[in-house]
Amino acid sequence: MLATRIIPCLDVDNGRVVKGVRFVEIRDAGDPVEIARRYDQEGADELTFLDITASSDDRETMVHVVEQVAGEVFIPLTVGGGIRTIQDIRRMLNAGADKVSINTAAVFNPEFVKEAADRFGSQCIVVALDAKQTAHGPDRWEIFTHGGRKPTGLDAIEWARKMVDYGAGEILLTSMDRDGTKSGFDLALTRAISEAVPVPVIASGGVGTLQHLADGVTEGKADAVLAASIFHFGEYSIRQAKEFMASRGIEVRL
Amino acid sequence: MSSVAVIDYGMGNLHSIAKALQHAASHCRVTVTDDPATIMAAERVVFPGVGSIGDCMDALKLRGLVPVLAEVVRSRPLLGICLGMQALLDDSEENGMTACLGIVPGHVRRFSAPLSDPRGNLLKIPHMGWNQVIQSRPHPLWAGIPDRSRFYFVHSYYACPNRVGDVAATTSYPEPFAAAIASGNLFAVQFHPEKSQAAGLRLLANFLDWNPKD
Repeated sequence: MLATRIIPCLDVDNGRVVKGVRFVEIRDAGDPVEIARRYDQEGADELTFLDITASSDDRETMVHVVEQVAGEVFIPLTVGGGIRTIQDIRRMLNAGADKVSINTAAVFNPEFVKEAADRFGSQCIVVALDAKQTAHGPDRWEIFTHGGRKPTGLDAIEWARKMVDYGAGEILLTSMDRDGTKSGFDLALTRAISEAVPVPVIASGGVGTLQHLADGVTEGKADAVLAASIFHFGEYSIRQAKEFMASRGIEVRL
Repeated sequence: MSSVAVIDYGMGNLHSIAKALQHAASHCRVTVTDDPATIMAAERVVFPGVGSIGDCMDALKLRGLVPVLAEVVRSRPLLGICLGMQALLDDSEENGMTACLGIVPGHVRRFSAPLSDPRGNLLKIPHMGWNQVIQSRPHPLWAGIPDRSRFYFVHSYYACPNRVGDVAATTSYPEPFAAAIASGNLFAVQFHPEKSQAAGLRLLANFLDWNPKD
């Protein structure tokens, strides 16, 4: 059976991993290559790098990070953050990324997703959705940009369907209500999106416990789960997360 | 020093496969090329590929690589990966009906939606992630790789060889399909060994050590 994927996410600022990764026995807590290697050894199914570098002049640094990681870690790599042009995508794929994640650029220019999928294939185009519950009812969510600050008026379910029609091969879904709260995924949102689209959905935002990861799959129907802080701070290893999920009847790669 | 050529015909990122081959066998000279003479000078050839089969066949024809692949398979070990496996069959349902290389008799079909697992959960297309590969028969490329090891897949179409004997491994999604094909000098996999961690690197190392005539 296909295994549910567990994906650690690393924020990279100007070539350095930020938001404090705390591993025991790690020489350099900010070195993306060392951290990637560590997650690979623990059994991560994929890695996602989010480039949070503010200045576009420093984006070249991320290309070098991807090159170095891809030369040592042989699992799928996704790069998000600042992907706005066909040239941005080509540079990341040539550096060794397997997929790129498009967020804000998709909202402002949906045709960009279509063009990217035509050019490089849907398998490497992930569309990231940042969604927030609206005041219009419990099962209505709206797409936001700029880290959840700017509403777009787009309905999250309709937007997800549209992005798949335009060629998205996967959806990375983040609940902006839950992100950073450690109170668990927005399961209703995750399930609504996962059941609305034929492509895999990665649940993100709000993981604080291993039970949350399992719930994302059993209740939220996510095909993969992404988390940052619970892994970075050494609260749980990837292996512990997988063993827990297996104990809940979820197929994982152990 | 043994040498391996990775065929670069503009279908996807070959950086990963070249790096993984180099990592799997540092003694090996890895060349990424679309030049027929360079390909024919290598002891072994890797035929990767992502994207659509129509573009793939057009790119092969444009570069004069169709006869080169036929000659490679007659004379030296060839490893097909993902779209590079599907292209070896007679034809594919993708892009209408696309004529392929016809090196392995059979067809390429699309997973037909909606799929569901035995528990009734919807299965997504593409088939993306780590799935178990069940070895159908012994082969030197499986050396040191436990049966049912997981490899990384990402695809919406799958190969259906006519001859059962050509199938070297199956994977279920939810029905079994050919995850690997083996015939003479040819070994081809639907999964991505270059993205399948230890098991994948071992398969690549096995390919670089493989001498089909032994």
